Order: sequence, then structure tokens, then C-alpha cells
Amino acid sequence: MTEHLPVLQVVVPLLAAPVAALIRWKRGAWLLTLLTTWAVLAMAIGLLREVLDHGTVSYALGGWSAPFGIEYRVDLVSAYVLLVVAAIGAVVTPYARASVEREVDPGRVPLFYSAFLLCLTGLLGITVTGDVFNLFVFLEISSLAAYGLIAMGPDRRALHAAYKYLIMGSIGATFIVIGIGMMYVMTGSLNMVDLAERLPEISSRTESVAFAFLTVGISLKLALFPLHLWLPDAYTYAPSTATIFLASTATKVAVYMLVRFFFTIFGLTFSFETMTLHWVLTPLAILGVLSASLTAIYQQNIKRLLAYSSVAQIGYMILGISLATLTGLTAGLLHLFNHALMKAVLFMAMGAVMHQVGAVRIEAMRGLGRKMPWTMAAFVAGGLSIIGVPLTVGFISKWYLVLGAVEQGMWLVAFLVLLGSLLALVYIWKVVETAYFKEYIGDLSIREAPLSLLVPMWVLVLANVYFGVDASLTAGVANRAAEILLGLAP
Amino acid sequence: MMQGTAMQEGALLGGGMTALLCVLVPLAGALITGAFHHRPNLREAFTLVTGGILLGLVLQLLPLVQAGGRPSLTLAEPVPGLPIVLEVEPLGLLFALVASSLWIVTSLYSMGYMRGHHERNQTRFYIFFAIAIASAVGVAFAGNLFTLFIFYEALTLCTFPLVTHHQTEKAKRAGRVYLGILLTTSIGFQLLAIVWTYVLAGTVDFRPGGILADAGLSGPMTTALLALYVFGVGKAAVMPFHRWLPAAMVAPTPVSALLHAVAVVKAGVFSILKIAVYVFGLDALSVGNAAGWLIYPAGFTVLAASMVALQIAWRQGNLKRLLAYSTISQLSYIVLGALVANGLGIIGGGMHIAMHAFGKITLFFAAGSVYVAGNRTEISQLKGVGRRMPWTMGAFAVASLSMIGLPPTGGFFSKWYLMLGVWEADHLLVFAVLVLSTLLNAAYFVPIIHMAFFQTEEPEPPDRGPGHDGPSPVRPDHGEAPWPMVVALTATAAGTVLLFFLAGFPLSLLETLVRGG
Repeated sequence: MTEHLPVLQVVVPLLAAPVAALIRWKRGAWLLTLLTTWAVLAMAIGLLREVLDHGTVSYALGGWSAPFGIEYRVDLVSAYVLLVVAAIGAVVTPYARASVEREVDPGRVPLFYSAFLLCLTGLLGITVTGDVFNLFVFLEISSLAAYGLIAMGPDRRALHAAYKYLIMGSIGATFIVIGIGMMYVMTGSLNMVDLAERLPEISSRTESVAFAFLTVGISLKLALFPLHLWLPDAYTYAPSTATIFLASTATKVAVYMLVRFFFTIFGLTFSFETMTLHWVLTPLAILGVLSASLTAIYQQNIKRLLAYSSVAQIGYMILGISLATLTGLTAGLLHLFNHALMKAVLFMAMGAVMHQVGAVRIEAMRGLGRKMPWTMAAFVAGGLSIIGVPLTVGFISKWYLVLGAVEQGMWLVAFLVLLGSLLALVYIWKVVETAYFKEYIGDLSIREAPLSLLVPMWVLVLANVYFGVDASLTAGVANRAAEILLGLAP
Repeated sequence: MMQGTAMQEGALLGGGMTALLCVLVPLAGALITGAFHHRPNLREAFTLVTGGILLGLVLQLLPLVQAGGRPSLTLAEPVPGLPIVLEVEPLGLLFALVASSLWIVTSLYSMGYMRGHHERNQTRFYIFFAIAIASAVGVAFAGNLFTLFIFYEALTLCTFPLVTHHQTEKAKRAGRVYLGILLTTSIGFQLLAIVWTYVLAGTVDFRPGGILADAGLSGPMTTALLALYVFGVGKAAVMPFHRWLPAAMVAPTPVSALLHAVAVVKAGVFSILKIAVYVFGLDALSVGNAAGWLIYPAGFTVLAASMVALQIAWRQGNLKRLLAYSTISQLSYIVLGALVANGLGIIGGGMHIAMHAFGKITLFFAAGSVYVAGNRTEISQLKGVGRRMPWTMGAFAVASLSMIGLPPTGGFFSKWYLMLGVWEADHLLVFAVLVLSTLLNAAYFVPIIHMAFFQTEEPEPPDRGPGHDGPSPVRPDHGEAPWPMVVALTATAAGTVLLFFLAGFPLSLLETLVRGG
């Protein structure tokens, strides 16, 4: 049983997805999704334990051994990202019921869950697979499902947002598949481990071109500045549940792809010495942090504000990775987990406001501090984490990131990271002030959100604090994962 | 430091637990306060009881520390090499003693003030007040820079609802300045400095002699790092990062009194003293005049803030604003004490934490008292008020003496040691600054006392029409403020005088620090 975990991880949600669509009963589809996501989480925890205890797990799909068959290969990096995706999936589903029923057309609710499960399948698949073409297939599964999820948003502009994402996402996917194709032409292999062994022997221009195609394609998928233009609309108009899930997982998995390609497949030497990737990534990451944070300050729609904040946070992750040192890479990977926690809380709070008030524009926040105290308190907690106040996970990320920069003597970078925190303070405080200092003027019947929304939200708030006080697990795993990627540990 | 017997080790461990309790007790108090939301009498009784327990706990630590012990307790280790540690050392104990004893008095005062002034949301006020005290005690007992930073930020955040208590537009704007400056400086400079220190020393612990002593930092680099700390600890209000303090005066007076004369601002200068002693080490600071450059902004702050206060007195402006600028000036005395980098300076700075706390809290109490009793907020409205409110203004006069630094008040001794420290370090310019600022202090406090006691009350101009932006009219006939307020301010004024005669106590405590370090 345990040895089949890598494949079950993908197969279970994949099989549940069509069933959810066929059930045609809203609660039934939700219940199935709930059971599936929790089963997925249990498997992800099992895999992480397995990997921590016994090292990398390799699984030959259908018994065809690598490099001819498809290999599923779970090392610590995969297991870690897998856990992030699975955990967010498991926390979002209980939240989804009330929120989806409110925001999605009743007839489409089972379809929503079906698409949700497919998206989950794709994201999990990307992290477990050891085969680059299989990775592309899962990327397409998750992306197509994501377009569908976004298009189901309550606002008609959701269609336009989904379309825009479809176009940009497809361009990204095309670039990725071209890159993969070139690698196949050069080496005749699609297996990651195999590729990593064969690529250094080839030093042709094709390798550089493949590298360039992959860089651009993945950057589009992870919304690296200035290729982030699809993201704000998509996050703003998607149903709240979809936004929470995608914001906490989809871009994270894209970051994982970046790390996988650049560190595992191409290798540190080629990526950062031959191709000097950091000269591209570091400036773009910092520009992303600053410009997206500044843009966030001027947003009137809070979901859009948080979307820009996500672009900025992706900048932090890429910045850490682009330092290509142990501390830097640890910071990047750690922030991947931490940002999922904090952004999920913030989007969940906005989903609750959407559920109760029906709008998430800044005017709708007036006086909500009194009307929806638990929701807004959660927003404040998530906001403090984004700012990077100590005892929240945000601080731990910032600590490692600044440490990484100072170690390299990059003072300006360290300062700009902290400046980004202060910009976050401005955009978070804008919401807080409106919620606590303006009189409530809307409908008097507005109440606090139901428990089914509040409990998942507060579970994540507590996780924000818990992993902020005791980061030994997350920082420890991220640190070991970084060691693996840098080739410092097997 | 303690190669003692098992019994002593046991005592130290117990001391660490007591230190933790000192942080937890006010938090528990906050919870109980919240639970008795609808029973104001019980709620306030519990606040007083909590204060009493806290003071008792802090006093329990005293003999241990006087014997040279440094009880400590590691609470958690979020990141390897970055533990959350509580450690009690003399300077922190002194700060905790001051904060916890004045908390009791302030609680008493608050009862009179909040009720007499019919404030709203009183329960929220008491809850956040208690959390602020817990944070201040946490700052006092922080065993490393990281722990200090945590409690420092917690103190900023939990005082925000107190500063913006009235939730008006004015409060919102003041809150922005407050949070903006304090968080900008702490995240932008202080955190950067902590990371830098960690990279250099491999640790962020507070160790006698300093952790950077062997880091081989050059003089200019030491100055740069020290500057990041001095300006990064925005709570010390060294110019140009002082604006949050006058802005915070929109808070109810008990908040201004305890937090912005004692807990918050003292947390700032306390941090600087502690960083000077335990992170840099006094030797490293005096090498190559490393700290010398920073004496200029601190000296400038002393003088400039006194000038502003003088100008407010001259134009008979807002009393609390004057006190705020007086605080800014006095805080930089303590910063100077740290920067002259010798034992006498540290002793002077440490003593001034206690002396200024008692004096300034009395002044704020008096300001709140004339406000509650007579709706008086401006200095121009204080004419003749000494005859109506002899206790209040008497206490004000005593505390003013301490601000100027005259016997028989505690302020004399702290200034004495500060001046000795400056003299020993041969900073004649700074010596001149201290002398000049003493004169300025006298120049703005004495006229107020004179007005209150020797001038006769003038009737207010009857009707200034609607929409005037001056202060609201004075209540015509009034006597003293409610009794809890009078008791509180008399007690702190008495404390100011008592500290003159008992100055040996803080002195001996601080001497163990300088000897040990």
C-alpha cells in the first residue's frame, strides 16, 4: 500500500473528479471532494514521513522502469510542496461549501468541485512526477481546470479574466513544451534524473535555447513580473474558493517547476554560471516586489489588492531562489509554504465578506470591524503576517530572506525587501482603518460569517502563528530541501 | 557567571519561571478583565490585584539579581540559533520594577479618569493596557535581540488601539503617524541591524562584554550599525523619528502617562542601553570614537525638543504636547548616557529611566486631572488653578523640579551621574548641552507653576460662536479631581521625592551591571 502512495496521490483525486460531476447533487459533490482532499492530505503526510525517514521514493508507473517508463519520484522538495498543496486543499474544502453555494450558479456547483479536483490532481501530479512530459500533461490538466474554475465566478468579467488567463497560460505552456521538446531532441530522454545526467555532456546552443524557452514559459505560469498581467483579473473575479486555492497553490507549484528545472535538471552550474540566471531573476523579483506592492496600495477592490500583493510575494520567493545560496533557497522555499498560509487567510476573510456583504470593494469594509469581528480579526492577523511581524510565519520568511541577502553583502536588496514589508503595511492598513475607523453604513442585518467559513480561516490563522513560533519543522524541511537542490546532500 | 551549588541553580531556574509569570500575569489579567465586561467594579479590582501580583513577582526576582544571578528561561526556538529567551539582568529588572509599580498607580488613576470623563469602550482599554504591560515586561526581560524585537513590536501593536481609543478622524491620523514611524524604523532599520549583527556574531544573545567585541568590526562600520540601532529603536524618539510621540497624545491621559512617559518610551531607551552594553560592549563603542558621531543627533534632540517645549509654554499651548516634547528631550539624555560609553553614563541613563518615569507620570497625571476636573487642556487655562486644585498642582511642581534636575527629587541624581559620565568621556560640548537644557527645562516649567499658583483666574471670553477651533470652554466651578486620581498623583510625586533619598537602591543595582559587564 505504502509503496503505491506516489501514484495514489494523483489517481484518487483524478477518479473522484468525474464522479463529482456525475453526482449532480451539490452536497454530495462537496462531501466527495471533502473526503478526497482529506485522503490526499493523509497520503501527502505519509509520503513526507516516508521521505524524511528513508529518502527519495521512486515509483515506476505500470511497472515500466525509468528512463523508458514514467517515473514518479518524490524527494524532499516534492514531498514538501505536495504537503503545501494537499494541506491547502484540505482546509479550503470545508470552507468551500457555503462560499461556493453563494457565489456559483447552483447548476454548476458539482462541476465546480469536479474542476477543483482536476486542478488539485494536476498540481499534485506536477510535484510527484519525475518525467518532464508527464509534468507538462499535469500542468495542462491543472491549467485547464483553473480556467474553468475562474470562469465560474459570480461576475461576468470572470469570463474575460478566464479568457485572458487562457491565452497567457497557453503561451506559457507552449513555451514549456517547446523547451521540453528541445531537451528530448538533444538527449532522447524525458526522465528528469536521466536528463540531469545527459545534459552536461551536451553543450550546444540548443540547450541554451531550451533553457530560455523554459524560463519564459515558467515565469508566465508563476506570474513573475512583468509576466503577471493575467493574475490580478483572474484572482479578482474568480469565485472566492477558487481564488483561495489557486493563490495558495498554483503559483507555488510553478515556483516548484522553476526550481526543479533550474536546479535538478539543468543544474546549478549551468543555470547560474553559464546562463547567469540570477542577473535576470533578481532584478525582476525586486521590481516585482516594489511595483506590485505600490500598485496594491492604489486598489479599491480588496481581492485585486491581495492579488497584487501575491505578485509581490512571488517576487520574494524568486528573489530567495535567485540568490542560489543555501540561506536564499531556504528562504524561497520557506516562503512558498508561509505565503500559502497567509494569503489563504486573507482571501478567506474576503470570501467571508463576499458571503455576508456581497462586495469586497474598500467601501464595503466600512465598520466591518464591529459587524464581523472574527473575520476582520483574521484579516488583521493575516495582514500582520504579510507585513512580517514577529511570531507570524511572515517574519520567518523575511528573516531568512534578509539574512540571505546580507550574507552575500547585498545591502540594497536587504533594504528593498524590508521596504516591501513597509509597503505591505500601507496596503493592509488601508483596509484595517476602513474596517475599524469608519462608521458602518450598510444593511443592519449583516452578521458575522457562519462557522463553516470562520473555522478554516482560524485554523490557518493559528497555523500562521504556530509556524511563526516554531518554524523548526518548516525551516528544517526547507533547509534540507535546499541542500538537496544545491547538491549538498543526496 | 554563577558557578554555584545545585541550590543556586534551582533558584535560577525558579527565577526564570518567575520571569515568565511576570509576562503571563498581565495577560491573564487581560482575560479576566474581558470576562468581567459588565461588572466595572470587579473588573477594576482585578486590574489592581493583577498589578499587585506582578509587582510581587518582580520583587521576588530582586534578591536573586542583587546577588549577581541572571535567571533565564528559553521558551521556544522558532529558527535554529534564534531562541525566544527571557533573562533577568539588573537593567531589565529596574525597568520592570518601574513599569509594574507605576502600573498599579496608573490603574487607580485610570478608574477616576475613565469614569470621571465617561469614556467609551473602557473594557477594551483595560485589556489592551494589560497586554501593553505584559509586552513592556517582556522587553525588560528579553534575553536576546530577537526576543527584544518580538516584544518591542508587540508593544507597538497593542498600544495602537489605546492611542486611537476615541476612533475619531484625528485619532486615525495620529494612529497612522504612530504606527508608521514605529514600524518603519523597527522593520527598516532595527531588523536589518539585528540580521547584520547575527551575520557578524553568529548569535543575537545579550552577553556581558558584548557579542560584537570580537567581531573585528571597524570604527565606521560600528558607527553605521549603531546608527541603525539608535534610529531603528524609534521608541527612543531621537530626531527625526520623534513625531509619533506628540501624535500619541490624542490618547486618553492614563495612556499618555504610563505608556508614553514610562512603558513605551522607556522600552526604547532601555533597548538602546542594553544594546550598547550587551551587544557592542562599552569598550568597542569607545574605540575610535565609534559612538561619537551619534552623540550629535541625540544632543540636537535634547536641545531642539526643549526649544519646542519652551515655545509651547511661551504661546501657552497644549499642556500634553509640551510634556511630550519634554519627554523627547529627556529620552535623549538616556541615549547620550549610552553613547558616552562608560560605566557612569550607563548608570546615569539607567537611573534616569526610573527618575524620569516617576516625574513624567506625575506631570501627565496632573494634566489629566485638570482636564477631568476643569476641562482644562491649554496652558493658558491654568491661571489660578493651583488654588482650586492644590494637590494636583503641588504634585506638578514637585515633578517639575525632578525634570529640571533639582534636589530633593530623584531627577537630581540621574542627571548628576549622566554629567559625570559625560565629563569622564571628555565630551565638553555634550556637557554644555546638558547644562543648557537644564536651564531650558526650568524656563518652561517654572512659568507654568507660577501661573497656576500666583496668577488669578480670568473669566473665559463668554461666547466665541460656533465652529471656533480653540479649546473647549473651561468648566466654571470645580475643585479637585476624583479621589483616585489625586491619590495616584500624590503617590507618584511622593515617589519622586523618595527616590532622592533612596537613590542608593537603583545605584547599587546598576553598579552590579557595570561591574559584571
